[in-house]
Amino acid sequence: MRVSKFDRPYESGRPERHQLRVENISLSFGGVRALTDVSLTCEPGEILAIIGPNGAGKTSMLNCICGLYHPQKGRIMYGNHNLARTSSHHLPKMGIARTFQNIELFRHMTVLNNLMLGRHVHMKKNILTALLYWGWAEREEIENRRFVEHVIDLLEIQHIRKQMVGSLAYGLQKRVELGRALAMNPGLILLDEPMAGMNVEEKEDMARFILDINEEWGITTILIEHDMGVVMDISDRVAVLEFGRLIGIGTPDEVRENPDVIRAYLGQDHGGRS
Amino acid sequence: MMATTQCGVFHESYRSDMQLRPTTWQRLRVVVVFAFIIILPFVASAQNLRIANTVVIAAIGAIGLNILVGYTGQISLGQGAFLAVGAYSTGLLMHYYELPWPIALVLGALITAMFGAVFGIPSLRLKGLYLAVATLAAQQIVGWFVRNWDPIDGTKADGAARELSMPRALFFGDKLNDSEFAFYVVGMIALVIVAVVATNLFRTHIGRAFVAIRDQDIAAEVMGVNVFQYKLVAFATSSFFVGLAGGLTAVHSTNISFERFTIDVSIEYLAMIIIGGLGSISGSIYGAAFVKLLPEILRDVGLWIADQGWLASGQLDQYLPFAEDAAFGLAIILTLIFEPEGIVKLWSDLKAYFRLWPFSY
Repeated sequence: MRVSKFDRPYESGRPERHQLRVENISLSFGGVRALTDVSLTCEPGEILAIIGPNGAGKTSMLNCICGLYHPQKGRIMYGNHNLARTSSHHLPKMGIARTFQNIELFRHMTVLNNLMLGRHVHMKKNILTALLYWGWAEREEIENRRFVEHVIDLLEIQHIRKQMVGSLAYGLQKRVELGRALAMNPGLILLDEPMAGMNVEEKEDMARFILDINEEWGITTILIEHDMGVVMDISDRVAVLEFGRLIGIGTPDEVRENPDVIRAYLGQDHGGRS
Repeated sequence: MMATTQCGVFHESYRSDMQLRPTTWQRLRVVVVFAFIIILPFVASAQNLRIANTVVIAAIGAIGLNILVGYTGQISLGQGAFLAVGAYSTGLLMHYYELPWPIALVLGALITAMFGAVFGIPSLRLKGLYLAVATLAAQQIVGWFVRNWDPIDGTKADGAARELSMPRALFFGDKLNDSEFAFYVVGMIALVIVAVVATNLFRTHIGRAFVAIRDQDIAAEVMGVNVFQYKLVAFATSSFFVGLAGGLTAVHSTNISFERFTIDVSIEYLAMIIIGGLGSISGSIYGAAFVKLLPEILRDVGLWIADQGWLASGQLDQYLPFAEDAAFGLAIILTLIFEPEGIVKLWSDLKAYFRLWPFSY
């Protein structure tokens, strides 16, 4: 079965894209307030970057959206679903995928199997057919394998298909993790520092992949990133968090001019000589 | 780890890429293994065939345990209990309901699967050693139960361990607990089926979900795996095979008593999968063979030493149990130090060596 770049496999079986509305969420761990009254929206098809100093609550924000944390207050609406009250294993059915800051791949599985696990929600055969394999389960494997091969093609990881993930270089692991999220064929993808620890060349590759999946596949993207150059270049809008509060949101240019953001990043002028 | 596969094999369809044994040599090896399986009962003595049968039962049980511990990463010390549930439910179904043994075996395995799923519930909250302690509870509960439950035939005075005498199971006119040959046929068919379906399971999304839970449970959850549900499925699937092994033990015996399903058995099975290779079906079989053959080999060596006149009469029987324990412990320690991935890794290293020879860089 040949895989053609001109096929558009992602157009079938994709769950509907919705606007994501984060409404006044607050999250605290004991006495620590990780997020305080944060609201923002993310339109279908846009790239929204979340930036902020370390400990600002960026990852907590993603964890709230994908159901790993449940905020004490507020709602996170995606279509008709309140994600703040949904277990994370239900999210892939709505078409929400994510990657992690410290790569959380299945280290003792091959790249191919990692990506095939991304297809998990699309595979419905029960355990009896799985035990028999030949016939139904095999057919389902092949159908999903075809989709996975498109992702492998897009991310240019053909040569490591059958290697154990644990043995791969860091940059490739990051790419495989993006691949696993893409294999799900999501409508919304959450990327937690997709370029951390990469060299310039790898960052350029990753930026290209993010733009490709956004423009070609039309996936809404929310990403956390520390590299300001990349953030300002590729995102449609930028949200800035500081100490768990949203201090600014808008296009890259607006955010760059926002006095609160400048204060957060460069420090406050206390009346000394500047 | 590099994947060392034979070069020059080009697949033209996903189907052929996903085959278990794509090359001619690999298929030839399968043929050799089957030839060995078929010829063995005709050449082996009744004594050796009895040993082969214990290996077959242990291999089925080890595959079951490996699904849970090796593949899904849920440490279980309740193997003995699960074997006991399989053995006693098969035995009781035959004893009281006079069910034919194949039906009793399957029902016994299903009962064990349900039992396993119930004892898998703590895995929602507990991981690693804590879960192991929770499964230890299964061991104790089952132990108490079979010692005190009335329907299990009390052949001894109360307080002592009870035994359930097994009705005879006939296979083409031969008694399974009498004819080692007949049992070999039944047991080997069961082992081949179990090995094949277990291998198949890990080629599909369900098996992959098990491995994903072991490697990174949070990521698995975020990728859409209902971790709790799949843990229970893993417990049930594993216990099904373990229950089958227990049922076969029952059918192989004239009576069953709880001494054969103690905590020692749980540890022996854990040793099998560690020595054979965690997360490997063939490793489970190698490990079962190793652990079950080790005492037999030791006994032969001991007899040879006694024959040389180096031991006084009676000393052999005195030392042998200690030698067995020591060899067992030594095997585990050596495996953990030198090849934590078990016999199956040794075998694949050997194959890789010849594949890469003489240019192994």
